[in-house]
Amino acid sequence: MDVAFIIETIIKIVVLLLVFSALAGFGTYFERKVLAFMQRRLGPMHVGPYGLLQIAADGVKLFTKEDIIPQNVVAPIFKIAPVITAATAFMAAAAIPFLPEFTLFGYTVRPIISDVNIGVLYVVGVMAIGLYGPLLGGMASANKWSLISAARAASVFISYEVVTGLALLSPIMLVGSLSLIDMNNYQSDGWMVWSQPVAFVLFVIAAFAETGRTPFHLIANDHEIIDGFGTEYSGMRWGLFFIGEYANMFFISFLTALIFLGGFGDGSFLGALALLGKVAFLFFFFLWTRAAWPDVRPDQLMWLCWKVLMPIAIINIVVTGFVVMFKG
Amino acid sequence: MFEAIAFYLFAFLTIAMFYITVMSKHALYAMTALAAGMIFISAFFFMLGADFLGAVQIIVYSGAVMALYAFGMMFFDSTRELKEKTTPSLLVFGLGGMAALMTVIIVAAPIVSNNMTAAYPIVEGVGNTQAVGMVLFTKYLIPFEVAAVMLLVAMISGIVLAGKKMDVSLTLVEDDDLPQTDKENKKAES
Repeated sequence: MDVAFIIETIIKIVVLLLVFSALAGFGTYFERKVLAFMQRRLGPMHVGPYGLLQIAADGVKLFTKEDIIPQNVVAPIFKIAPVITAATAFMAAAAIPFLPEFTLFGYTVRPIISDVNIGVLYVVGVMAIGLYGPLLGGMASANKWSLISAARAASVFISYEVVTGLALLSPIMLVGSLSLIDMNNYQSDGWMVWSQPVAFVLFVIAAFAETGRTPFHLIANDHEIIDGFGTEYSGMRWGLFFIGEYANMFFISFLTALIFLGGFGDGSFLGALALLGKVAFLFFFFLWTRAAWPDVRPDQLMWLCWKVLMPIAIINIVVTGFVVMFKG
Repeated sequence: MFEAIAFYLFAFLTIAMFYITVMSKHALYAMTALAAGMIFISAFFFMLGADFLGAVQIIVYSGAVMALYAFGMMFFDSTRELKEKTTPSLLVFGLGGMAALMTVIIVAAPIVSNNMTAAYPIVEGVGNTQAVGMVLFTKYLIPFEVAAVMLLVAMISGIVLAGKKMDVSLTLVEDDDLPQTDKENKKAES
């Protein structure tokens, strides 16, 4: 293990942390703007040109706000819960190739921190731990809304994870590898979404449940349980939940683009741009859905996951298995 | 060097977490420490190059402990103050000492006998996942299938036990059509 490798890895980690923490801030701005335009409003306009400096204002507010630990909470768990959400979101990113290989000043850079050969499983598994943040935050707060939110987090977790795993199984069967780079290279002669449309739809639905975005925005549902697990939090601890949520949205967009939408193609500059474009569209799709759809109830989500999506996913796997056996 | 640092760090963390799991009276501490310990164990799999088992360890146990939380939420008030017993008991001391002794014997035995050979050596040139699959579908095929049958039995019995009123799904019933049992009961009483 030479020094250059260690320095390179540390630089990659720092760049990843900085870029995606900043993108989480920009994500809130885009979310407010997109929602505003879809509802025929202007959104943030007063701070800076087109409200761009609103991010800075929000950031300053979050960082300087007093950090309150309320009475009767289980303090150690209460303090560590936001860290779990933010940390696991970034830990999951270790196995995602964000761009194709490129050469910078004669030095080949691979924009992936660690190319483990089970990339997909690692990313999905570690991302799923992120839901422990809302669960622990909700259970540790001495607040009934938070407790309801924690119960919902547990029920959401055990419903969607089955669908994510089963939906990913059929693309994995076609590719024959769990590495995200192999998956990307497999799609050089046709995107996975054309051969596995059912798995794509299932995975996107499960991704909405995983990130807690609007059709399944049950865990922190502002209009019925205040802010759920976030009710008792203030300042940067609440901000960490926020960064974790938005980073997760970006990472799951990368995952969807890499597995189903062709990824970075042949690895040229255009391919890299295409990957970023696909991720941007998927992120926009999250916001679009939020503006267009109402929320479902928790029991409806469980009904959907266990009684509708899981049987479809299993049928999809069986059909894929037969096709692989008799054609390939 | 990094491997040594990582090993001692995660060994310490794992032991500390499971110690909390066993010793704490606070349900929330115990369950959180259990989940953390299970996830820290996966680090050893990653260090040994068994990436697949490491990822499976994370996925399986994070889900399993989540189900424990659901029960904990139903049975305990997790924010209630509890007095932790801090004095170490004789039992803990004895069991801990015996576990440490056993670990030393386990580690020392191969060094003493010095004739270990792998019955199923790793196949060169295949990935980690394929290696697991090869052993699972040749040597351990019968235990694997028996485990599958056991899970099926557990699933069917779970459905039979829990599904006595499952012919009507409350999700699919409109709110107005819900049986108004409370009102009817009151009418019957009056």
